[in-house]
Order: sequence, then C-alpha cells, then structure tokens
Amino acid sequence: MREKEPTFHIETEHVEKNYPGRSVLKDINLSIKKGEFVAIVGKSGCGKSTLLRLLAGLEMPSKGQLTMDQRPLAELNSEARMMFQDGRLLPWKKVIDNVSLGLTKEGKDRAKKALQLVGLEDRMTDWPAKLSGGQKQRVALARALVHEPSLLLLDEPLGALDALTRLEMQALIEDLWQQKKFTAILVTHDVEEAVAIADRVIVIENGYISLNQSIDLPRPRQRTSTPFSMYLDQILDRIMGRTQQRKITLLRSYPNTTKV
Amino acid sequence: MKFSTKGVSEKLIPWLVPIMLLVGWQLFSVLGIIPSRILPAPTQVFQAAIDLSATGELMNHVSISLGRALIGFLIGGIIGFAFGLFNGIFRFAELFFDTSIQMLRNIPHLALIPLVILWFGIDETSKIFLVALGVMFPVYINTYHGIKSVDKGLIEMGKAYGLKGKALFFHVILPGAMSSILVGVRFSLGVMWLTLIVAETISAHSGIGYMAMNAREFMQMDVIVLAIVLYALFGKLSDVIAKLFERKLLRWNGT
Ligand SMILES: Nc1ncnc2c1ncn2[C@@H]1O[C@H](COP(=O)(O)OP(=O)(O)O)[C@@H](O)[C@H]1O
Ligand SMILES: [Mg+2]
Repeated sequence: MREKEPTFHIETEHVEKNYPGRSVLKDINLSIKKGEFVAIVGKSGCGKSTLLRLLAGLEMPSKGQLTMDQRPLAELNSEARMMFQDGRLLPWKKVIDNVSLGLTKEGKDRAKKALQLVGLEDRMTDWPAKLSGGQKQRVALARALVHEPSLLLLDEPLGALDALTRLEMQALIEDLWQQKKFTAILVTHDVEEAVAIADRVIVIENGYISLNQSIDLPRPRQRTSTPFSMYLDQILDRIMGRTQQRKITLLRSYPNTTKV
Repeated sequence: MKFSTKGVSEKLIPWLVPIMLLVGWQLFSVLGIIPSRILPAPTQVFQAAIDLSATGELMNHVSISLGRALIGFLIGGIIGFAFGLFNGIFRFAELFFDTSIQMLRNIPHLALIPLVILWFGIDETSKIFLVALGVMFPVYINTYHGIKSVDKGLIEMGKAYGLKGKALFFHVILPGAMSSILVGVRFSLGVMWLTLIVAETISAHSGIGYMAMNAREFMQMDVIVLAIVLYALFGKLSDVIAKLFERKLLRWNGT
C-alpha cells in the first residue's frame, strides 16, 4: 500500500477577498494540519477577521478556494466554531441558554458539561451582564466547544482582558486544545501570546502572508527563555518592517512573501 | 429593619404631593375660595362617580371607551408592528413601503377628523380608525428602528452558530429589537388616549368624552371633572401595564 500523503485539515489556495473599492486579502495560501495550533498576527485592518470569516464559511472568497478535509467550502462551515473578541453572548439569554444556543433540548446536559470545562457551572443561571469580562469569554469558549468543532476560530478573544486574566485564559485554551485535539486558529495582536501557545505563527501584511514561522519550543513554554524571545523579536521585526536579519535564521520565507 | 422602612417610605413619598393637593383642593372648596362653578370639590366628583355608577351609565361609557381604545390599539399596533418587521428585515419591503409610510406619518392624524367623520359618520368605526392610525406610526417607527439597530455582531454570531430564518429571528433579532419596540408601545398608548379623548369629545354619542361634553350642556361640573380624572387614571394604568411588560421582557438588562 502506498504511503498515505500527509493530508491537511484546512487549505487555502490563492484566496482573495475584495470588498467594493478595497482589496483586503490578495493571495493567501495556507495549509494547516489536523490538530495544529496556528496564530495569525498582523496590523489592525490587515484582514485577519476577514480570513476567519472565510474559514467559518460566513463569507465566500472573491477568488481562490478554501478546502476542509479536501472538500471545498461552499457554505457555512458546520465543523468550525468561532469565538469573538467581544464575546457576543446574547444578553437576553442566561449563561446556560447562551451555551446551548443552536442545540436541541438534550443540549442542556452538554452545555452543562461545557461550562464545567471552563469552570463556570455555578454561573449557569446568571445573566451575562453579571459576569466579568474574563467569565464572559469563558462562556463564549464553552459555547464554541459544546459543538465539538474540529476547527476552533478565535478572533482576538483575549484582546479586551487584563493581563492576568489573559494569562489564565491562554492556559485554559491551550489545555482544552490539548484535551480535545481540535485544530485552532487564533488571531491576536499580542505576539507574545502567539509565540506562547501556537505551533506556528503567521503574519499577514498588505493582503499577503509575509511570514510563516513554526515555533519549535516544548510546552509548556517558558516566556523568559532565550529562544522564546528570539522568536518574539523576529516576528516583531517582521511586523514592524525592520528587515535586517536577526540572530536566528530558522525562518523559511514562503514563495509568496513580499518584502516591504 | 431599617432597610424595609426605607422601602416603604420610598413607595409613599411620591404620593405625598397628590394627596396634599387633593386635601388643599377639598379645603378651599369647602371654604368657598374655589367656587363650585369653577371647580367642584373632590367629594362632589366622587359623589358624581357613585351616582353615575348606580344608574350603570358610568360603566357603560367607560367600557365603550376602553373597547374603542383596545380595538384601535390592537389594529394599529399589529399593522405598525407587521410593517416595522417586514421593512426592518426585508430590503425589498423597505424600499417599497418605508418612504410612503414616512410621508403619511407626517400628517397629524387628528387633522383627518373632518374627513373621517364624512367617511364613517360618528359611529364606532371613526373612533377606532383614528386610534388605529395614531397608534400605528409610533409602533412602526420603533419596531423598524429596533430591528435595524440590532447588533450586527450578534447576528453574525447567530449565523456562525447555525441559526437562520425563524430561529435567528426569535433568538436574536426580535429580542434585540424588543426594548425599542416597547418604547414604541408605551408611546403609542399615550397617543391612543389622546386620540380617543379628542375624537370622543368632538363627535360621539357614547364614551367618556361624550359624557363630559354632554355634562357641559347641563353645566354638570362634577361629571366633567370626573371624565378628566378617569382619563388620567386610565392613562396611568396603561403606563403601569406597559412598564410591567418592560420589566418582564427586559429582565436581562435590569440587573
Ligand atoms: N463587510 C465589509 N465591507 C467592506 N469592508 C470590509 C468589510 N469587512 C471588513 N472590511 C474591511 O476589510 C479590512 C480588513 O478588515 P478585518 O478583517 O476586520 O481586519 P482585522 O481583523 O485584521 O483588523 C478593513 O479595512 C475593513 O474596513
Ligand atoms: Mg479583527
């Protein structure tokens, strides 16, 4: 029998996305393995959320194709669940009803289990307005996980949290990812966060992927270690447009890399 | 203990001024400072209420007025709500109807009274028509704007979680628009009473407004004041009911 080719969970081929009068994504080529944790960073407005919306099937690309398990994505991606920066809990539904949104009646039990995963089973019957920012994001995480998605899309989910809560949430997300083995794509503007939890960091710039960097560090990662800060420097250099080669040359630029 | 006394006094304090006014009014009437030709004493008004109740006349007028208010409100409210929903949700409906409705809205509906009397006479239809017309626009505007201003992020979230059609409407869009819709309902309740008062006063042969106009011919001051008090009470009552609905439907943001 022929050796099975390493198949990718998600692939984007020459994906472009234009809005009237504005070209946001120009040529996005990505291959993501099953169970991989990818972080996407880039300046505000560079199209990170747009890319996630394409992956969620909420919008279709203007050109190119996205595939999931080799199947082209033509409608809402039922295997993907998205978590948003502002949580987007429905304020008129209690926590438990937010988590079981879109589930049938028996979903209540699953919702309870999901809330246990994020440590909030005792807040089930509260209104979202009563929760802190971090708790709201935990509920949002539970709501995403209750569907057992094979792809979890995280759109700056921790951007609005204070530093300590953010560290806690990063650990929680990493932990659940290791338990549940879903593929995760995290958009963040915090490069340290990206290096701390992702297998690979992607930088989007001017509509192209300008850096695609594996992070070969054992978990849990020591944020103070030298290799960690070398990765950090290198990615920051890329984003800030400092082009000089730094200490490490681990990076392998991809063919479509643009130099600015 | 201290807490509960505070709760009670907070309930009572708003009533102090009305009670004092009432007592003062009674006092001045008894002393003859306010002649009863100008304003009858509260006790006289109360007596009028008892007398008219005894003959069944009061009940008759009140139930007729309430019936007109309710039917007119339901008809106008349902039409306004339906148009608000459709125009808020479907771009086509919005293009087709919104401009016309906004144009009609600018006509003061009470200006139509002469026309309405010619069309429907002074029977029930004319009153119900005017109330429905007056109620329709505030409900329409607030429903339409409520739907239009539902957080787009929540709608996107709903879609991302597989909601569409009916489910998206009932879980996301309608609750999101609810507070605005209720503002429209409350406002239109005020319009409802105002319209009814004017319509019944100008032309009717029954109802609270007719009772007042009829009393004017016989200089029955007490009955006239009674009619005004009744309108005030019903106005307050409908406001209380609307508030109850708000508290029930918007529990989530009252925390
Ligand atoms: N629905 C849309 N219509 C028009 N322009 C849009 C739309 N969505 C996003 N954009 C534009 O696309 C660009 C990228 O947006 P976004 O993906 O949200 O950026 P990011 O998440 O990286 O900050 C922005 O300039 C934004 O204004
Ligand atoms: Mg964004």
